[in-house]
Amino acid sequence: MAGEHQTLALLLFSVFVAVTLAITSWVSRDRHGSAVEFYAGGRLFSPMENGFAIAGDYMSAASFLGISGLIALFGYDGLLYSVGFLVAWLVVLFLVAELVRNCGRFTLADVVAARMRERPVRIAAGTSSVTVSVLYLVAQMVGAGSLVALLLGGTSAAAQTWTVIGVGALMVVYVSWGGMRATTWIQIVKAVLLMGGAITLTALVLVRFHGDVDQLLRTAADRSGHGTAFLAPGLKYGGDWTARFDFISLGLALVLGTAGLPHILSRFYTVPTARAARRSVVWSIGLIGGFYLMTIVLGFGAAAIVGPQAVRASNAAGNTAVPLLALDLGGGADSTGGTVLFAVVAAVAFATILAVIAGVTLASSASVAHDLYASLRSRRAKPRSEVAVARVAAFGTGVVAIALGLLARDLNVAFLVGLAFAVAASANLPVLLYALFWRRFTTRGAVWAVYGGLVPAVALVLLSPVVSGSPDALFPHADFQFFPLQNPGLVSIPLGFLAGWLGTVTSAEPPDAAKHAETEVRSLTGAGAA
Amino acid sequence: MHSSDGRPRDAISVRNDDPWHAALASAWGEADRVPARVPAAASEWPGRAERTEPRDGAVSAADIYLEVQRGAAFQEVRSRYRRFVVPAFAAFFAWYVGYVVVATTAPGLMARPVAGAVNVAMLSGLGQFLSTFLLTWAYARHARLRRDRAALELRWDTQELTRGIPGVVPGGR
Repeated sequence: MAGEHQTLALLLFSVFVAVTLAITSWVSRDRHGSAVEFYAGGRLFSPMENGFAIAGDYMSAASFLGISGLIALFGYDGLLYSVGFLVAWLVVLFLVAELVRNCGRFTLADVVAARMRERPVRIAAGTSSVTVSVLYLVAQMVGAGSLVALLLGGTSAAAQTWTVIGVGALMVVYVSWGGMRATTWIQIVKAVLLMGGAITLTALVLVRFHGDVDQLLRTAADRSGHGTAFLAPGLKYGGDWTARFDFISLGLALVLGTAGLPHILSRFYTVPTARAARRSVVWSIGLIGGFYLMTIVLGFGAAAIVGPQAVRASNAAGNTAVPLLALDLGGGADSTGGTVLFAVVAAVAFATILAVIAGVTLASSASVAHDLYASLRSRRAKPRSEVAVARVAAFGTGVVAIALGLLARDLNVAFLVGLAFAVAASANLPVLLYALFWRRFTTRGAVWAVYGGLVPAVALVLLSPVVSGSPDALFPHADFQFFPLQNPGLVSIPLGFLAGWLGTVTSAEPPDAAKHAETEVRSLTGAGAA
Repeated sequence: MHSSDGRPRDAISVRNDDPWHAALASAWGEADRVPARVPAAASEWPGRAERTEPRDGAVSAADIYLEVQRGAAFQEVRSRYRRFVVPAFAAFFAWYVGYVVVATTAPGLMARPVAGAVNVAMLSGLGQFLSTFLLTWAYARHARLRRDRAALELRWDTQELTRGIPGVVPGGR
């Protein structure tokens, strides 16, 4: 690719960084440094603002580049991802958003600890939240590294390393400087940019085919070399039964994991009421649904216009399908239109990664400072010092994520995201649902539910073909592979629910009826909500 | 004073002290002759009945939340929530899991053409999007029309009751 693209992409990205830094300093000009301000942005965002921010938090580069790339290469099987990512929001809307807003203050552990002995529950839920966040961060870091390598031409290891370090440093600055308010504005700006970019490209694809979707699909199928099989499931996840079970496992993790993602849960605390939380989810479902519908058009458009061979030649995983499509739609590699459109797409993808990283880092630092630090210290930290701890935690999270991101550089981004979803669904969702809905739930049940999902999920990944025993593994030369599936969800999610039930029924401590009444009344009415 | 111990009092004072019970008392006309009815009616609305009681250490936040939870108003809000969420959740979860399982185990069925390049797989995938949008709309509408007002009233009543009790601060833990 020519140098003009790269210069322009870097320029646009710098503009985005400058604008967001300006917003960060502007919105935090009269900040008081309280915990509510740092973790929840003062709880004063409107449903529409929060809806855009949720969408910005959720639509990662893995969605924008990854899913459309998968569709461009494998046709229908890529579409299965976007369905899972969207349907998951019904779980959030129905069971989680309003109730969590009413019961908690800053984190997932708030909701559970209200009914239980606080210390063990906070430590358990805090640990699993940090684990999920770090996995998610590693995925974004790896994405940033490979994106820069692809878009800026150079595939040298040093360029990738410095990008990952640079992105990590920027993120730490954002989060520790501006807290939730700055993070939210970055996500809103990013969501608007991403939607704008996607709408433009989708419109151009549809114009190219004169609005004839049928023609678009036929062309894509013809150029793929698979014929009509391109438009049906099976090209990627057909094959043997292991691959099929792997996909069912992934599907389960996607649909149940979203409701356990700490950075999504923490977004509900930024609005004043449960009703506002519900309306933000409705906004975000509209935005996310519209976005995924557009990625389908973009994916099939890339297959039809660029062709799977050209996409695969540029990047074997298909991650460059959309940038290549933009280049073509703009008028080709040597035209001004193509250069501009390519640069815009690259800058949007960068902005996307940065915003997601900021959101996840903030949620992770909240779990460290609000749950782990507060429980592991003997005396309670004052609010101001808790924010100081959170800032240090953001820095620590950044360092860990950068280090792991460099280690896991060669792993597939979409796979890593699927993993984070699986751990969230196994460790966070069971304890959250039990705490909100089960009268007899006890402290032991809560602790078992978290560790009973977290430990199997992580252990099964360590024993999976991702880590060892296959040529693409993290340690290709070792072989301690035992578990056949790449995604542990199919086994570890039921284990999390089972462990929570088992811990509760074997618990000597009687369930606290009054605390359950308090949780139930508060969750459904909002009485005493922060 | 309004009380729940069955002490006779006249309808006027009830009306003045507690406008909520005014309608009940005046409907019966002779509240002083049927004192037993007042506690019976009040027990359906524990929050209202206790509002004017002098508060001593015996009333804790735990008791109040238990009372509210047993109250008919809260039971109604909860059952409205559950009557919508349980079937809707079961329906979309079954529909999604069924979709994923069929897509992975029976690709032949999904590949069956319907019209032009559009096949069963495309239609069911778009169907998932459509059902998600529809359920979102239905849930938001149901919550707005059937739950929000009652939940808000319960919220104020409960907060009114727990006000001033040691250890209860809004959102505090």
